[in-house]
Amino acid sequence: MATVELTFSALPAHVRTARLVATAIARRTGVAEAILDEVRLAVGEACSRAVEAHRLHCPGEPVRIELRDDAGRFEVTVSDAAPSEEPKPYVLDADGGSEPDDMADLGVAVIAGLADDVEVLPGPKGMQIRMSWPASANGLAAI
Amino acid sequence: MDLKLDHHSEDSLTIVDVEGEIDVYTAPRLRELLIDLVNKGNFHLLVNMEKVDFLDSTGLGVLVGGLKRVRAHDGSLELVCTQERILKIFRITGLTKVFGIYASVEEAKEAHGRDK
Repeated sequence: MATVELTFSALPAHVRTARLVATAIARRTGVAEAILDEVRLAVGEACSRAVEAHRLHCPGEPVRIELRDDAGRFEVTVSDAAPSEEPKPYVLDADGGSEPDDMADLGVAVIAGLADDVEVLPGPKGMQIRMSWPASANGLAAI
Repeated sequence: MDLKLDHHSEDSLTIVDVEGEIDVYTAPRLRELLIDLVNKGNFHLLVNMEKVDFLDSTGLGVLVGGLKRVRAHDGSLELVCTQERILKIFRITGLTKVFGIYASVEEAKEAHGRDK
């Protein structure tokens, strides 16, 4: 098991960096090229959600990501330090009338649609989103 | 890649060309442009996403917000997009049912002309 950890200030500009790092490590871990876009989008969604939560509750605290090569799976855990509740289910009005503010949990819905294994752990001390994808057993290179 | 925005009008349709990445960092710029266009009386918007490399839920929120604004004026906000990786996020969220999505600007203009 090899792990890369990344912490970054809760600024929107850093979310892109986090996406790039996650995609690079996923590639090295042996995640298929065809699903790298899904990894990139899901990690971006989780980091965006964390950054928004920190901006509301604890702007000085960093967001943390762990990227793990774990027995043939590439696992990503995004952890924030903002108090959180269970995400509300995202329901789209038939006429598209959902307010953008109501779409705050849309990111979690997108992650659920992208990763084949997702765990969302809300709590008073922060939320953890853990997601994983299949990777080749040996990876392309050790990370 | 950063976000590049451009727009021009063709008859009653305003075409917004978007290039680059629409995410939590760049989406506010797209939101501002859409609000500005609506405030200036452009109620029929066509967002050309053929050069968009990345779109996340923040970007979707901006597009839905724009749609609500133009609908308040009996307007429309439609999209040009053929990239599978971008279309996928519209499918996951069910937004393919909400936005008119066309394969080209020409196709969208034809449909807009028929609807007028």
